[in-house]
Amino acid sequence: MAPFATSLDVRADFPLFDRGLAYLDSAATSQKPREVIEAMDSYYRCSNANVHRGVYKLAQEATDLFEGARERVARFAGSEAATTIFTRNATEAINLVAYAWGREHVGEGDEVLITQMEHHSNIVPWQMLCSERGATLRYLHVSDEGLLSLEELDEVLAEGRVKLVSVVHVSNVLGTVNPVAEIAARARAAGAVSVIDGSQAMPQMAVDVAEIGADFYAWTGHKALGPTGIGVLHGRRELLESMRPFLGGGDMIASVGFDSSTYNELPWKFEAGTSAIAEGVGLGAAIDYLDRIGMGTVRAHERDLTHYTLERLGEIDGLRTFGPGDLDVRGGVVSFEVDGIHPHDLAELCDREGVCIRSGHHCAQPLMRELGVPATARASFHVYNNHEDVDRLAEALKGAREVFGL
Amino acid sequence: MDELYRDYILDHYKRPRNFGTLEPHDLEAHDHNPLCGDELGVHIRVEDGKVAELRFHGQGCAISQASASIASEELIGMPVEQIGSLDADWVVDLLGISISPTRRKCALLSLKVTRGAATGDASWPE
Repeated sequence: MAPFATSLDVRADFPLFDRGLAYLDSAATSQKPREVIEAMDSYYRCSNANVHRGVYKLAQEATDLFEGARERVARFAGSEAATTIFTRNATEAINLVAYAWGREHVGEGDEVLITQMEHHSNIVPWQMLCSERGATLRYLHVSDEGLLSLEELDEVLAEGRVKLVSVVHVSNVLGTVNPVAEIAARARAAGAVSVIDGSQAMPQMAVDVAEIGADFYAWTGHKALGPTGIGVLHGRRELLESMRPFLGGGDMIASVGFDSSTYNELPWKFEAGTSAIAEGVGLGAAIDYLDRIGMGTVRAHERDLTHYTLERLGEIDGLRTFGPGDLDVRGGVVSFEVDGIHPHDLAELCDREGVCIRSGHHCAQPLMRELGVPATARASFHVYNNHEDVDRLAEALKGAREVFGL
Repeated sequence: MDELYRDYILDHYKRPRNFGTLEPHDLEAHDHNPLCGDELGVHIRVEDGKVAELRFHGQGCAISQASASIASEELIGMPVEQIGSLDADWVVDLLGISISPTRRKCALLSLKVTRGAATGDASWPE
């Protein structure tokens, strides 16, 4: 697939761009189209009631909106409603697995296998689990090109101690698209459960969780044009059914006695307390919006922007980019550094030109150490970005070099 | 001229004064800014209750490095017991530029580690 310019021009759908910003930090959070904002506004104005309870029409309407969103989210991801659990975010989804599956199945002498390119949200829950259970946390290496090695995965699995493998689908720093279907298949063959962190993948490419075949797939709404406060965990039905609940409370029970309770069926068994109803409705609207554009078009658009960014940044003296050069295995993220200017100062000088980029460790401190840098600057894209945003970035970076006398 | 990246700030960033390590030293501390990963350590040699020699080391943005470099020139010769009473305004005034809330910790990191070395108080200066 060669890079090609798409004619996607949807910026007018996003009210925030009235501010005239070149927003290049969608890997942190995406902007929201008007219809997401309006769906949530309309929910509160016209349909607000608690779900799964009241017998009155309004409560049924709220339930239909919320559960309707779940069905569309499930279909969008290649899953089904019963195995699509709403959480607060991807972090909570991963913690759910670490708590409800990990504590029952990972014990002393066992291993949990992750990679050096994980976000803190896919590191810390496993560190906590391993330290509590006397297990060992191991890391697959990242090559200079930003890639994982399936051979190394096979070698570690062959040692026979790995109980769970958790890998990011698309790296938020390097942009690497990992071969998650291959990884899940090899984990299963070795008797290990697999978890995929799809926070950066679901927003920018067609993802079919059934096809990938992992046991768990976690992602978050706010990076996929939806609101904050809602994430998703897709799980394999047999595992979800055999697991204990995560949090206890209302909505997750079938009946409660003085001494014990029986639990609700899927997916509500894992959704204690009143859900983020408006956020669920908002995420449903975001999915509808992305569906209408088509995820193939979204991916092609981000690929084109990544290609153009690598080309424009290549013109700047002393600038080095990180991550795979092959666009087939790279998503819409470009991390970089400029000789003689700290990323923090780059971000500040870009901001003066209305260009929003991220600087820092991107919640991936182990990867930063592996790359041998304290921090990087990062530009990341979504459907509303265009070549002009990238041009503004390139000019701002050239200006930063002038300020620093380079 | 840029309001933040003034010539003297960039000069201290590119050619930081009193940077490196000091062996032996009497006081030391090391810390980082969790927001951006900037890190800074300090070694101090004390003579007659005063800072005889001082070296910062670490890596960070222009503001954090220039702040350490500029502060080092003031700290050498200062009675150690006076360091505990230095506050955020002391550093910000020394820098001579207006610091936005997002860059405040960059500017204060050098005082944080110096106070930590002198008094054991590792809190952010206010």
